[in-house]
Amino acid sequence: MASEKVKALLGWVDERFPLSSFWNEHLARYYAPKNFNFLYFFGSLALLVLVIQIVTGIFLAMNYKPDAALAFDSIEYIMRDVNWGWLIRYLHSTGASAFFIVIYLHMFRAIFYGSFKKPRELVWLFGMVIFVLLMAEAFMGYLLPWGQMSYWGAQVIISLFGAIPIVGEDLAIWIRGDYVVADATLNRFFAFHVIAVPLALLGLVLLHLTALHTVGSNNPDGIEIKKNKDENGIPRDGIPFHPYYTVKDLFGVSVFLVVFALIVFYLPEVGGYFLEHPNFEPADPMKTPEHIAPVWYFTPFYSILRAVPDKLGGVMAMGGAIVVLFFMPWLDRCEVKSIRYRGAIFKVALALFVVSFFALGVLGTQPVTPTTTVLARTFSVIYFAFFLLLPVYSRMEKTRPVPARLTDAMIPVGQREGRHWELLRSALAKIAATGAYQRGQAYVLTLVEKIKKTCFKSQ
Amino acid sequence: MQNNSFIEMKKIRHGFGGRYMSEQVDTSKRWFLTKTATVAGAVGAAFVAIPFISSMQPSAKAQAAGAPVEVDISRLEPGQVIRVMWRSKPVWVLYRTPEALQSLTKLDASLRDPASKESDQPPASSNEYRSIKPEIFVALSVCTHLGCVPTFRPDVAPADLGPEWLGGFFCPCHGSRFDLAGRVYKGVPAPKNLDIPPYHYLSDSRLLIGENA
Repeated sequence: MASEKVKALLGWVDERFPLSSFWNEHLARYYAPKNFNFLYFFGSLALLVLVIQIVTGIFLAMNYKPDAALAFDSIEYIMRDVNWGWLIRYLHSTGASAFFIVIYLHMFRAIFYGSFKKPRELVWLFGMVIFVLLMAEAFMGYLLPWGQMSYWGAQVIISLFGAIPIVGEDLAIWIRGDYVVADATLNRFFAFHVIAVPLALLGLVLLHLTALHTVGSNNPDGIEIKKNKDENGIPRDGIPFHPYYTVKDLFGVSVFLVVFALIVFYLPEVGGYFLEHPNFEPADPMKTPEHIAPVWYFTPFYSILRAVPDKLGGVMAMGGAIVVLFFMPWLDRCEVKSIRYRGAIFKVALALFVVSFFALGVLGTQPVTPTTTVLARTFSVIYFAFFLLLPVYSRMEKTRPVPARLTDAMIPVGQREGRHWELLRSALAKIAATGAYQRGQAYVLTLVEKIKKTCFKSQ
Repeated sequence: MQNNSFIEMKKIRHGFGGRYMSEQVDTSKRWFLTKTATVAGAVGAAFVAIPFISSMQPSAKAQAAGAPVEVDISRLEPGQVIRVMWRSKPVWVLYRTPEALQSLTKLDASLRDPASKESDQPPASSNEYRSIKPEIFVALSVCTHLGCVPTFRPDVAPADLGPEWLGGFFCPCHGSRFDLAGRVYKGVPAPKNLDIPPYHYLSDSRLLIGENA
């Protein structure tokens, strides 16, 4: 009876709004490849963090004052006097760093499994615009506490525009709304941070997801599941997103929230990496802090900026490091998508790229010395070489045959090919042969038996 | 009745050489109208954008805050530096010692622009000391790289700056180095020497920063 009424109500709605078809198209009958692994958590986690940022941001805006004379104190007011203000602010500041961790892993997944390649170029491009907007959002949000690092970080980044020939200086003044970073700058950054950029971000997330659901998700094997459909037109290797991946993603969300909560409650500053120490001093336009470093998620690009001994050149290199990512779908000429079936040359190149990205990130947090400059230059060259040589080496790759159907989410260690995996296997075998390991194994097995006997009696 | 008049209309149009809508449409006219409407709309949108873009320029209040400032240097001792605010930017006034002035002549080879040809200074300071009086050095303490405030490092050959250091200004942000006349060293990110603001002497002990004589 009740369910009939619900059905009637749903029918009433469906005649006026495509509720059921929307639900089916994007969840219940959106067929996703069946072998998603760990790396596929980060898309939905990015959505979760976006929601966290919007909700906490709304509540912070209720007590924050975008005024150069009041901003710093209003943050302290939130931290000390507003009920749970400290929690809301730490959720927001931790959320900012979490956003970048999640997005960097999400982007790495796309490069790892070739998710940016045909037919997903637009998914990648929308995603890249989201990434750039996210950097703008983070940068402008960082000015709002009006601490020393907020102030001087904004001063440095806005001055980057001054490097553009002819119009640069005027452009920088236009962005600041004053001759130096001042109240006008803070006020407009607040407007951009809470209205303009979040609106644009939401719109782009919509475009990103629409493009994705048009072409379908890629997978760890990098094959198109839509090419192999059963008599009902359903991909043989696909499973409905809901309930399979909603449940899987909920598990990912739980693990993520555990780590997130640990940071929020026990380590909100993360040793000066999530919240930098100089930012606990109010902004002082007369005194630059001894050592300026951006928040960790900008440090790889900051390192590239510092590596070039020329103002315009440095700015162009830093911008280029981001712009070059947009061209990934056309730089990579390899037909095979997933790293599983790609040649050794790409695996080595990607590994070098990841190492240089991390190294640049670490160097960006350090003061400039001749040694760090040499290192930063070396890793910057590797960073760019990965992209610029990609059209050359991706064409020469010796790829392996791609299977017709999906395989494992994770390839078992026993099936992996290559000398390093053989070494790992023999090392594991040696460990398994030791007495300590066997005693431990026997202990765990008896423990499991005991748990089964006491807890599963009903079976 | 209405029907009849409609037929009448058609006949008249036909009679004047007009065409029926359903028979043949003058697409080139439609295209012309569509394009002119689009262009007119775009021009209108561009005009509407002007006040919004212009509203982000420094306001009248911010521009008014750029007035010259007076500095008393009567108690400035050799080797000492004071900082004053002009246009919300910090400005150094440094009393250079004879040794400091002497050090300036030894550095030409390691400087990017030793004669300050590519740098900004008022005509009265376009000389080897980059100042009106050699001892009193006035400069914007804003790094020409990305706008940080460099630190004043008068110590000769300190551990962190190396044995070649003869005193000067060091930018902590990206490691740019300047000598005691604000001239930039080679191989650092800053592109030119520190800017010298317009200034002149009101008397022997009073400076006006922000205005040439």
